[in-house]
Amino acid sequence: MAVAFDEMKGTDGALRPAYAELHRWLADVPPDVLDHRRREAEVLFRRIGITFAVYGEADAQERLIPFDVLPRILSAAEWDILRAGLEQRVRAINLYIHDVYHRREILKAGVVPEELVFQNPVFRPEMNGQKVPHDIYVHIGGIDIVRVDAETFYVLEDNARTPSGVSYMLENREIMLRLFPELFARHRVAPVENYPDELLATLDSVAPATASADPTVVLLTPGVYNSAYYEHSFLADKLGIELVEGRDLFVKDEIVFMRTTQGPKRVDVIYRRIDDDFLDPLAFRPDSALGVPGLMSAYQAGNVTLANAVGTGIADDKAVYSYMPAIVKFYLGEEPILKNVPTWRCREEQHLSYVLDRLEELVVKEVHGSGGYGMLVGPKADKTTLAGFRAKLKSNPRNFIAQPTLALSTCPTCVEEGVAPRHVDLRPFVLTGRDRIRIVPGGLTRVALKKGSLVVNSSQGGGTKDTWVLDR
Amino acid sequence: MLSRTADNLYWLARYVERAEYLARILEVTQRLATLPLAYVGSSNEWESAVATAGCAHAFAATYPEANEETVTDFLCFSTSNPSSIRNCFEIARTNARAVRTALTVEMWDAINGIWLELKRFGNGPTSREEFARFLRWVQEGSLRFDGSAYRTMLRNDAYWFSRLGVYLERADNTARILDVKYHLLLPANERVGGPLDYFQWSAILRSVSALTAYHWVYRESVKPWLIADLLILRDEMPRSLASCYENLVLCLDHIARAYGRQGTAQRQARAVRARIENSRMEEIFQHGLHEFIGEFIGDNNRLGAAITEQYLM
Repeated sequence: MAVAFDEMKGTDGALRPAYAELHRWLADVPPDVLDHRRREAEVLFRRIGITFAVYGEADAQERLIPFDVLPRILSAAEWDILRAGLEQRVRAINLYIHDVYHRREILKAGVVPEELVFQNPVFRPEMNGQKVPHDIYVHIGGIDIVRVDAETFYVLEDNARTPSGVSYMLENREIMLRLFPELFARHRVAPVENYPDELLATLDSVAPATASADPTVVLLTPGVYNSAYYEHSFLADKLGIELVEGRDLFVKDEIVFMRTTQGPKRVDVIYRRIDDDFLDPLAFRPDSALGVPGLMSAYQAGNVTLANAVGTGIADDKAVYSYMPAIVKFYLGEEPILKNVPTWRCREEQHLSYVLDRLEELVVKEVHGSGGYGMLVGPKADKTTLAGFRAKLKSNPRNFIAQPTLALSTCPTCVEEGVAPRHVDLRPFVLTGRDRIRIVPGGLTRVALKKGSLVVNSSQGGGTKDTWVLDR
Repeated sequence: MLSRTADNLYWLARYVERAEYLARILEVTQRLATLPLAYVGSSNEWESAVATAGCAHAFAATYPEANEETVTDFLCFSTSNPSSIRNCFEIARTNARAVRTALTVEMWDAINGIWLELKRFGNGPTSREEFARFLRWVQEGSLRFDGSAYRTMLRNDAYWFSRLGVYLERADNTARILDVKYHLLLPANERVGGPLDYFQWSAILRSVSALTAYHWVYRESVKPWLIADLLILRDEMPRSLASCYENLVLCLDHIARAYGRQGTAQRQARAVRARIENSRMEEIFQHGLHEFIGEFIGDNNRLGAAITEQYLM
């Protein structure tokens, strides 16, 4: 594995301009000050109550996600490239989903194999020929980006269903502004605090034609036991909309209402943070207690907008991912600005045998996996784990893809032994409304706090950082 | 606002109020139980505590006998008693978490702090001193939460629903004390000066933190019919039935004004208040104190049901 690119010092140790001020500041600041601020940050987070739940850990129902006080910094020029690439990618994703549920030109042209769509469990036949407002499916997209050198950003994953993490982006900035005002004074950092406004504008813009000029928007959560519940309540609060559970809504004559202290109130747009499967027990999983019976019928009648739309999963599983560069070219006639990580689809025989030969060099992921679960990092795995994965790959190759182990870029991070480089990724949030695409500069930087670790997921010991995009 | 949000706020307030009430009952019971028999008679104070908490049936199903150990466990720490202090705080905090954004930071800090600290007491205190500290802690937690709500909440429907919970629960609690102890308050029991009654009477006052208030209002030694008067009819006494209903009517009027509509709940609350306002102690005793209290508890439950039906579902 190559030496990782460090975002402060490159690969040759030469200080990169975006980090010049931070580097100078780090040299001046006494080590105990950093440590003190770090503890202060933890107190603040605990006070605010930002917690997340880890599935499978009965005792640790609410944990703090570790926060690193050193910012991750992107220059304006770097951000320009990222922004253009993100817009392009999300435009293509929306066109692709629309096509799949309508004319299916991309399948007819043989660019994406049919069975990858039709045999995909997240493909929703209910959406065939279904009109959605302004043909927008992915209103909120979270595109995971990794960096391998000064010029190269890869898209690691597209999240087109219910991407989370934006509350950390916002809270991290608030905490940093409180803890390090002097550091902000030395930089011109693009603000992110307008995200809730942008999100609300996006949701308002896709209200159904039947809605009034001031549509009623709600956020639908699975409830307090969901791992991202904090984020749901945080966003509802910032947006100034009701945070509803399935039982707060009901459908009558294909219209969605919420139960309020003043009687039923009509709902126009639902920012839902519930998976398709649980939305409506009448249409999908009949055992779902989280959803709203009849919601799909109201949706299909065009009386309510769901954000994101139903059936967007066909755009973000890891097998479809490998076709994204072709998808961008097919719909937009443009070269993709952001590259894909080279990916072997184990469903294809040649790819599978390549993967099996080089298992100890590769990263293997489940097609529908997320959160870093069910993933193999070849170079870090022992013999037993490798053998186990080999067996899994052979028995169900369609379920896996493989990628080279990337030397993810590193950022200076506060750890036990002082300031040291740790691997990072980036999740920017892309909002698509009727009028335009909105992206607040930056996103959520996740950092693998364990030395050498490449897994940044919070469920696996990852932390977060504030992400700064410097203005010109 | 969402009916569920209003419901959560209402029950959050009720459970915190209930926890405080249980702590008071236990504090008083412990005080009585440690007095020599000659002062309090041979009645089982622990049994009476369970009855006052309104869970005699559930208790009898779990324990063979009411004594310090079993009652303390059942009312404070039991996970099988849905209204134990521990469960009150657990449920209150779950409710609070579900409506985080409808609470102020101070309220959240208060209830979340209680919940975090509750773990410190484990499965129960190891000594009487620690138990006494626990009871003080419960009452202080409730005071902090109530004070935070009073001082920091916007005066909108969220606030009025949360106050409804406080006053409805408080009225129920005061009525229950009267229901269990009514025989001590009957004029027939008028035997001035007996130490036995004095301690029982002052215990009733203590359990609604009204011992000092009593002396300010009446400026005479403790008389049972005056205790009944204080707890039922005196609206300057914050835990009296009269005061609770004055506040319930006020909260419901605020909600009705904000929503532009009156309903069953408003009418029911006004009817109960009118009944209290038009009563005199002599008549209540004539009619039967026990019957009066029994009817009141029924009325109070009906108001709770009316509020739920009108707003919370």
